[in-house]
Amino acid sequence: MQKNLFLGVEAIGQGAIDGGISGVYAYPGTPSTEITEFIQESEQAVEKGIRSKWSANEKTAYEAALGMSYAGKRCMVCMKHVGLNVAADAFINSAITGINGGMVLTVADDPSMHSSQNEQDSRFYGKFAMIPILEPSNQQEAYDMVREGFELSEKLEVPVMVRITTRLAHSRAGVIRSEVLAENDMVLPSDPSQFVLLPAIARRRYKGLLEKQELFEKTAKKSKYNTYTKGEDKSFGIIACGIAYNYLKENYPKDDCPYTILKLSQYPVPQKFLDKMAKHCEEVLVLEEGYPVVEEHIKAVFKKDIQVSGRLSGALPRDGELNADLVGKALGKETQLGADVPELVVNRPPALCQGCGHQDMYKSLNEALDKYTKGRVFSDIGCYTLGALPPYKSIYSCVDMGASVTMAKGAADAGLIPAVAVIGDSTFTHSGITGLLDAVNDEANIIVVISDNESVSMTGGQESSALGKIESICTGVGVDPNHIRVLTPLKKYHDLMVETFEEEIAYEGVSVIVFRRECIQAAAKRLRKEKKMKDNPTK
Amino acid sequence: MKTDIILAGVGGQGILSIASIIGDAAINENLFLKQAETHGMSQRGGAVQSHLRISDSEIAADLIPMGKADLILSVEPMEALRYLPFLSPEGYVVTNTTPFVNIPNYPDVDAVLAEIKKQPRFVAIDADKIAAEIGNKRASNVVMLGAATPFLNIEPEKIEAGIAHIFSRKGEAVVEMNRKAFKAGLDFAMANK
Ligand code: SF4
Repeated sequence: MQKNLFLGVEAIGQGAIDGGISGVYAYPGTPSTEITEFIQESEQAVEKGIRSKWSANEKTAYEAALGMSYAGKRCMVCMKHVGLNVAADAFINSAITGINGGMVLTVADDPSMHSSQNEQDSRFYGKFAMIPILEPSNQQEAYDMVREGFELSEKLEVPVMVRITTRLAHSRAGVIRSEVLAENDMVLPSDPSQFVLLPAIARRRYKGLLEKQELFEKTAKKSKYNTYTKGEDKSFGIIACGIAYNYLKENYPKDDCPYTILKLSQYPVPQKFLDKMAKHCEEVLVLEEGYPVVEEHIKAVFKKDIQVSGRLSGALPRDGELNADLVGKALGKETQLGADVPELVVNRPPALCQGCGHQDMYKSLNEALDKYTKGRVFSDIGCYTLGALPPYKSIYSCVDMGASVTMAKGAADAGLIPAVAVIGDSTFTHSGITGLLDAVNDEANIIVVISDNESVSMTGGQESSALGKIESICTGVGVDPNHIRVLTPLKKYHDLMVETFEEEIAYEGVSVIVFRRECIQAAAKRLRKEKKMKDNPTK
Repeated sequence: MKTDIILAGVGGQGILSIASIIGDAAINENLFLKQAETHGMSQRGGAVQSHLRISDSEIAADLIPMGKADLILSVEPMEALRYLPFLSPEGYVVTNTTPFVNIPNYPDVDAVLAEIKKQPRFVAIDADKIAAEIGNKRASNVVMLGAATPFLNIEPEKIEAGIAHIFSRKGEAVVEMNRKAFKAGLDFAMANK
C-alpha cells in the first residue's frame, strides 16, 4: 500500500478529511498550525468544500465547531495547548451539552516550551471536562485516531480530544490512508434542549456525563490503541503514554523488554489494567509526556502496595520533553554520549528579520521613552516579543494573548504613566479588542501600539483577521479618531514616529498608534504565490 | 541497516529541502523513515536542526539518541559542532566551511574550522564557493547533499533522480545546474573523506 510521508500535523489534517469533516476551525499556534494549513491547501478538501478559514481566536473557533456539530455535521477544531485556555469556557461546557455531529478537538502541547510560554498538559483539561482523550504514539496512529475519532465522538455523544506534542506534530513518517468516509447530512439534534445549559437542564446533563464515565472507561479498556503485554520479569511494570511508547521501544529495538508494558493511548485510564498490573508487578514506572497525570492517578490507586516512579519520583525530570535517552536512564540503561560541544560554540538566539518593521517601531519607541524610567512597555505574543531581547530591550511583559492592553491599563490605573501596550494586528483581533473597550470605558491613560505587519507572522504568515479593519475597530470601540494615528515604520520617518509618540504621551486618554508595514517574509511569500499564479494560471 | 542523520543550520538556510530530497529517495526505496524538524520561534535566524532516520526496519523514536548519529550534515561550520554529543564514535561530520554570521559574537572562523579538523572523521567543503563556480550560489545546499551522499547508504543515482524530480518544474537548465552541484559535492567528499 502506498505510504504518504506526512508530518504528524499533516496526518491529522488528512485523517480529518478522510474522516468526513465538513469544517475545521482554528487559530494558528505552534505546534498546531499546519493541521489547518494542510486542510486549506488540500485539493481534496477544496473539492469537497470543507470550511477551513482561520478564526479570530480559539474560543470563537471552538464555538463555531460546536455549532457545526449541532447541525449534525462532523468537524474538527485545532489549537495549541495555551489556546485551550482561551477556549476553555466553551470546551468544558461542550462536554455537558454533548455533540450531535462528531467533534474532535486536536490540541498540540509543547513540552520544553520550544515556542510557548508554558508546558501545560492538555490531558488535565480532558480529565477536567471528563471526556475521552486519544493520545497517538506515532504518525499512523495520529491519522487513524482522528479519522475514527468522529465515530467515537458520535457513539459516546461527547467531543473527543486528540492530544499530541511538538515532537509528533513536527516529525514526518510514512502513513497509510484508509477509505474516505462521507460527510454527514445536516440533521438537528433529537433533543435540542441538550444545548441549553440553563441550570435545570445543565444539572440533568451533568449527571448524564457522570454516569457515562464508566462507559468511557470500558471503551478505553477495549480500545485497540491500549495494549497490555505481560512480561516475564515480575519486578517491574511500565505504563507508556502516547509518544513515550516510542522512547520505550527505542530502548528495546529487538522487542525484548522483559517487563510488563501497558501502552496507554486512550483515556480515561482503565482500572482493569491497573488491577492486573497490581497483581503482576512490584514496581511501576510511568512514562508520560508533560505533567505527571497518570503517575498521580495511579499513586492514589496503588496506595502503598506498589512503588510508583516517574516524573514525580525523580526517575524522570519533572519538566521538559522526554526522549529515548531519558527513558533509557530511568530503565537503568547506560547512555553513550558523543564528544562534548567545543567551548567556542555560542548560542544563536532567534531575532527579528533584518529590515522588519517592528525594528523601526522599537527604535522610535525607545527614543520616545528614553526620558522616563524603564519598565513601562507591556507586550504580547508574536514576532515583536523578540523586542524583549537585545538590542532593543523595549518590552517587559508577555503573558497571554491580549494581555498587553489590559496590563498597561492596570498599570496606568496604579499611576504608572506613561504606560504603553505593544500588540500585533492578529493578536489585537484575537483578544485585544475587549481590553481596549475596557480602557475606553474607564478613560484609561494609555498608548496602544498596534504593530501591524498585515499577517500572522510568527506562525508562518497566515492571513490576519484584522486585515484592513484596525482603524474602524478602534473607532467602533470608542477611541477618539484624533488619537488613532497611522504611521509607516521606516527609517526615514523616525523623527515623525518619535514626535507622534511624544504627542500621544502628552494626551490624557486612550491613544492608538498603528505602525503598518507588511512583514517582509509574508510579502516574499505573497510575491512568490502571485508569480506562480501568473506563470501557471490554471493551477 | 540504519542511517541516523542530524541536519544542522540556521533558520532560513533551507536544510529542510535537503531533508526532503533524501526523504523522497528513501521512500522510493521502500525504506522506513522518520524526520523531526524545528518549527516556530527558533526559525527566526536561530539554530535549527532536523533529525532524519532511515532504516530497512521500523523506527521507534523520532529523535536520534545521544551518541548514535551516523552523520552530522551542517550547512554552516559552527552549527556542525553544536550537535557533537549526538555523533557516534564511528560517525562522520560533513560541513560547509562558509560561516553564517548573524550574531555579533560569532567565534573566530579559523578556530571553528580547527575544531572540525579535530574530529576523527570529517569532510569540510566550501559549498558556497563551489556553487558560485557552477553558476548559482543558491545551489550550495545541493553541493552539501552531494557531499553527504557517500554516507547515506542510498545509491547516488537514486538521490540524483530525486533532484531531477524535484527541480523538473523549473526547467532542464535548473536540473542540469543542480545535477552539477550534486556531482561536485559528491566528488569532493569521495576524494576527501
Ligand atoms: S517574520 Fe515578518 S514580522 Fe516576523 S521578524 Fe520577520 S519580518 Fe518581522
